[in-house]
Amino acid sequence: MLEVIVVVFLALGVFFLFVGAIGLLRFPDFYTRLHATGKCDTLGVALVILGLLVYHLFYYSDTPLVCVKLLFLILFIFISNPTATYALMKAAYRTGLKPWKLGDERR
Amino acid sequence: MIENEGKGFRILVTFCVMFLFWLLLSGIFDALHLTAGVICSLIVAVISYDLLVVGKRNKTLVRSFRLLLYIPWELWQIVLANIDVAYRVLHPKMPIDPRIIEFDTSLRSDFALVTLANSITLTPGTITIGVRDGRFWVHAVAKEPAEALTVDGTMQQKVADVYMEW
Repeated sequence: MLEVIVVVFLALGVFFLFVGAIGLLRFPDFYTRLHATGKCDTLGVALVILGLLVYHLFYYSDTPLVCVKLLFLILFIFISNPTATYALMKAAYRTGLKPWKLGDERR
Repeated sequence: MIENEGKGFRILVTFCVMFLFWLLLSGIFDALHLTAGVICSLIVAVISYDLLVVGKRNKTLVRSFRLLLYIPWELWQIVLANIDVAYRVLHPKMPIDPRIIEFDTSLRSDFALVTLANSITLTPGTITIGVRDGRFWVHAVAKEPAEALTVDGTMQQKVADVYMEW
């Protein structure tokens, strides 16, 4: 039963990371590609870590502090990932990269 | 000296947070490690007390509590955002219609602006490009997420509630 929960978390996480990679290839320009990677990577990595956390909590319950460290990892990823996305966006916008509009050619 | 009001309290709060962080990361509870932790937390607290706790003491606790209530809603929005992106990526016709929108908020404090900017980035279909004096530039991947920000303004309201800036 426990393995099922862990595998579900890991599979969902890998699914979202996979979707992020596909989005990076399919979307037409820089800004829309950041939509795919910035969001999917955050939740994908968080779900993978959550799966590891549940696994560790039940199989190595003599060292529960590792779970706290994994939680901190999730927290910091949730703070730093949108910030990094924002920095990339702003850099692109300031250098004058034109956003793709509906009907434009694919770049 | 309004700036130094509650300085001791702010150092104390920073110290407690830092020492808790030390305890959780080290996991060793003998005298040597605890002493080292106290000394390091004290140094960090004295140097950077004004970074962690900003503002008056009576509001800080209420704000932290309200922020805790805001986080679950935000987590749910992140899940929705990912499902939204997954749908747009995997749909054969790729239903996107990107646009850049601008809007004003009444928020002014740094913490509130950062919270709103990061929240916008993590919620469905929108990414913050820039912030200046409460004015936001946002890249939206389609029409509906753009209107959720400009017309409804649910998120602005929620962040304003958390930081009590109406």
